[in-house]
Amino acid sequence: MYRSHVLVCGGTGCTSSNSQAIIEALETQIAEKGLSEEIKVIRTGCFGLCALGPIMIVYPEGSFYSQVKVEDIPEIVEEHLLKGRIVTRLLYDETVTETEVKSLNDTKFYAKQERVALRNCGVIDPENIDEYIAYDGYQALAKCLTEYTPEQVIQVVKDSGLRGRGGGGFPTGLKWSFTAANQADQKYVVCNADEGDPGAFMDRSVLEGDPHCIIEAMAICGYATGATEGYVYVRAEYPIAVNRLQIAIDQAKEYGLLGKNIFDSGFDFDLHIRLGAGAFVCGEETALMTSIEGNRGEPRPRPPYPAVKGLFGKPTTENNVETFANIPQIILKGADWFASMGTEKSKGTKVFALGGKINNTGLVEVPMGTTLREVIDEIGGGIPNGKKFKAAQTGGPSGGCIPASLMDTPIDYDNLTAIGCMMGSGGLIVMDEDNCMVDIAKFFLDFTVDESCGKCTPCRIGTKRLREMLEKITDGKATLKDLDELEELCYYIKENSLCGLGQTAPNPVLATLKFFRDEYIAHVVDKTCPAGVCKKLVKYEIVADACKGCTLCARKCPVGAISGTVKNPHEIDANKCIKCGVCIDSCKFGAIIKK
Amino acid sequence: MKTLAELMAIKEATQQKMTVREDTGDDATRIVVGMATCGIAAGARPVLNAFVDEVAKRNLKGVTVSQTGCIGMCQYEPIVEVIQPGKEKVTYVKMTAEKVAKVVNDHIVNGNPVAEYTVSAIK
Repeated sequence: MYRSHVLVCGGTGCTSSNSQAIIEALETQIAEKGLSEEIKVIRTGCFGLCALGPIMIVYPEGSFYSQVKVEDIPEIVEEHLLKGRIVTRLLYDETVTETEVKSLNDTKFYAKQERVALRNCGVIDPENIDEYIAYDGYQALAKCLTEYTPEQVIQVVKDSGLRGRGGGGFPTGLKWSFTAANQADQKYVVCNADEGDPGAFMDRSVLEGDPHCIIEAMAICGYATGATEGYVYVRAEYPIAVNRLQIAIDQAKEYGLLGKNIFDSGFDFDLHIRLGAGAFVCGEETALMTSIEGNRGEPRPRPPYPAVKGLFGKPTTENNVETFANIPQIILKGADWFASMGTEKSKGTKVFALGGKINNTGLVEVPMGTTLREVIDEIGGGIPNGKKFKAAQTGGPSGGCIPASLMDTPIDYDNLTAIGCMMGSGGLIVMDEDNCMVDIAKFFLDFTVDESCGKCTPCRIGTKRLREMLEKITDGKATLKDLDELEELCYYIKENSLCGLGQTAPNPVLATLKFFRDEYIAHVVDKTCPAGVCKKLVKYEIVADACKGCTLCARKCPVGAISGTVKNPHEIDANKCIKCGVCIDSCKFGAIIKK
Repeated sequence: MKTLAELMAIKEATQQKMTVREDTGDDATRIVVGMATCGIAAGARPVLNAFVDEVAKRNLKGVTVSQTGCIGMCQYEPIVEVIQPGKEKVTYVKMTAEKVAKVVNDHIVNGNPVAEYTVSAIK
């Protein structure tokens, strides 16, 4: 029996800020103090508060240490673990008040969150099936196999109102019933873990923090739809997720929770992992299945839909990781419980990956219908450096942006669609006044041009032309006629592309055109970039009165564009200047300005 | 594994090992062992571990065992405080691992503090 458990985050975020070394240091020093029999160190999945990583929590006190360094470990072991004195200086400052130490759940970051898909992340040891079982794991599968018919399982999922969390928002129960209705000698379940949106990492975190819940949910889906085999398609860039999922599958097989005759019900289910090479198009369901089959990942026209002719030509149900992560809880707590959260047509919760210009970068899960303002200002802790919020990009390169004027829109599938945005997988990139919206649109187009698989012309050539037009705008060479053509081409690509990639690729352009047309106009008519981002439209100048002639900028300039003599005002040669900004950063007198 | 009973058996066994991680809230009974240098020197660690084991053995819910620093009566270490909501704090002094079972049984389970071990018993 251990008197204390030390949980250290082993998600990708904290691992990249050295949590592995922290775990090793902890274990060595605990052993040196002879505490190995008393204190257990556990590597968990993501806590969500990635901005403050590496994160550590010590029980029974529940002390939440943030931004822990290897050098801090001797103090934690000596003071806290040995002598019971909490190391206050390392506590997450939100939890420390003058009089007491608050519980983590009372902090702003966690108080408004409702964790369903992420409920075990940062709580259990993902490499220990027993801990998953201790938190009700595999009970939902047992309930389905022993108490429910497949039809009843589908009915529960339908009644819950769960919709696909990958972005499309298709009702999950309905999707399952389509596959169930088709007769075939073999059916499949596929889990889409090919999380490709820049800035989205919730699927990775679920697989890293709670891999067994995906296995359990896929088995339930298999039972409901009549499938006996499943594939998890996960990107090879997620090595920790792949490793933990493999460990989880092996443990489940050992316990007989995967394999033949599960819970003596006659139901067989087996699971395989397939690694994707990181192509964005493989997140599209038909391309994903083509890739699993061993072919080049390209989409094909639908119908036939996967429910009729999917993987290896057999009826297939394909769901996203986060969708699956909700299933065991829905079965155990009931459809009504799930449907009690959220809005009229969007039930349950949604996980968002907060990134960009926001204080609490990380992973949050909130009930559907929470406003963007709550997510960004309260949970996210607002914008750093006192800057003003400009817009949030949702749904990555397939989505759009929400401007400051719409911050109070309750976030759900239908509201976002209504304002010309989309839920997408849940990446939420926050932008402040220093971001140029035309440049953002160009950034996402760069991504889709790279990632277009090339099978259909509207997407392959259309996105390339679209990007060229944006470049013309940011270079200050465009006319108002170009703006009209830009918009026309957007709609053409949307209407004529083969798959979701092309159909949604123009969205970032359309959304920024809709909400930030004035910025486009400024680029086209006034030839300026209001945010000062687009290099071709920005000019650096030295204000002669403010310049003391210290020569620092001239020495720092990498291209020798600054000339002048000591104690006399300097000058920038616009023809040589590459607009890198080094001079502004180095000037101690604020004498250099960007126009 | 073929039955729900087998699953539940694993669940219960593991839950017992994980009670330390439960958020017991404000109505928990807290057993606090003084673990400053004086406490450790006087043998507080075996006492602490005996409490952890005894609480686990009896599968007691809502009881946390934790440490604290020096309480200030170093000559009476190992000192253990039992704090229960709505009741006066009870302070045990010169504790040993052998005395632990009686404290858990009489005080924690049955609600009768073991007067002879407490600080007020010392003249």
